[in-house]
Amino acid sequence: MPHDQHDHLSPSGHPYRADNDTPLSYWQTMEIAVRELLIEKGVSTAAEINGQINAMDARSPADGAQVVARAWTDPAFRERLLTNGSDACREMGFDIGALQLIAVENTRDVHNIIVCTLCSCYPRNLLGLAPDWYKSREYRSRTVKEPRKVLSEFGVNLPEAVQVRVHDSTADMRYVVVPARPDGTDGWSAGKLADLVTRDSMIGTGLAKAP
Amino acid sequence: MGRPPMADLDRVRVRKMMPPGHVRTPAYLRGKTGWIERQLGPFGNPEQQAYGLRGDPLVLYRVRFTMAEVWGDGAERPDDTLDAEIYEHWLEPV
Repeated sequence: MPHDQHDHLSPSGHPYRADNDTPLSYWQTMEIAVRELLIEKGVSTAAEINGQINAMDARSPADGAQVVARAWTDPAFRERLLTNGSDACREMGFDIGALQLIAVENTRDVHNIIVCTLCSCYPRNLLGLAPDWYKSREYRSRTVKEPRKVLSEFGVNLPEAVQVRVHDSTADMRYVVVPARPDGTDGWSAGKLADLVTRDSMIGTGLAKAP
Repeated sequence: MGRPPMADLDRVRVRKMMPPGHVRTPAYLRGKTGWIERQLGPFGNPEQQAYGLRGDPLVLYRVRFTMAEVWGDGAERPDDTLDAEIYEHWLEPV
């Protein structure tokens, strides 16, 4: 038996771990080919491509949380955000590129939830990369059909009187939910409020945290 | 942008057609009636852009549907709503 175990250990004594051992898919091969051509032909450099990847990885829900907290504390900003989400984010200094953003606001009467049934459109230039479940067929197909059941599985049980508005990002716009400001936060600074704003609350699958 | 723009709250029906190729009108909304929530764009036609062509500029509408309209008796809550972005050539006035 001890002999068998040796077959699964590397010479260093550690077990072998699975790595990128499967063959490349068609699209992975295509990505590498295009990237190498762009570099070979001088259109871009490896450093520029890596810089873009790093810039995308640096974006996170914390950026969106600052936008929401500002909307909670600055009524004029809230108006601008609901009128033109992209311009309002740029005004706060966020580099959102070509993102075309619509902000939708939760109130006592309305709860908004975002989905993309056709693919997985997400306001990544503001919130960073989408969670894996957002891209799943299950979330995409069920959210447009039974949003209240989906919400309850996320732990969100809405009062009967609240209307649910589902937003299917089918084309050029991206969406962010402005969650309702939690009770008991009167007088809080925007910085403190931002800590209550979760990623899921800006997708609509969650609520802002209670203080 | 050949046809006159529709105004907010105008009632519209999504054309019930099944063309081949890249289309950004979800199948589950085709043939359904809603109302214009707001007008956006113009944006290039993705049905052309998907094939490397220059997309003709199109008005994009946000259309709001009731769940009752989309799912009929199967609706989870009839008066909840669903909004989607639909390009002008997919909409006909009701």
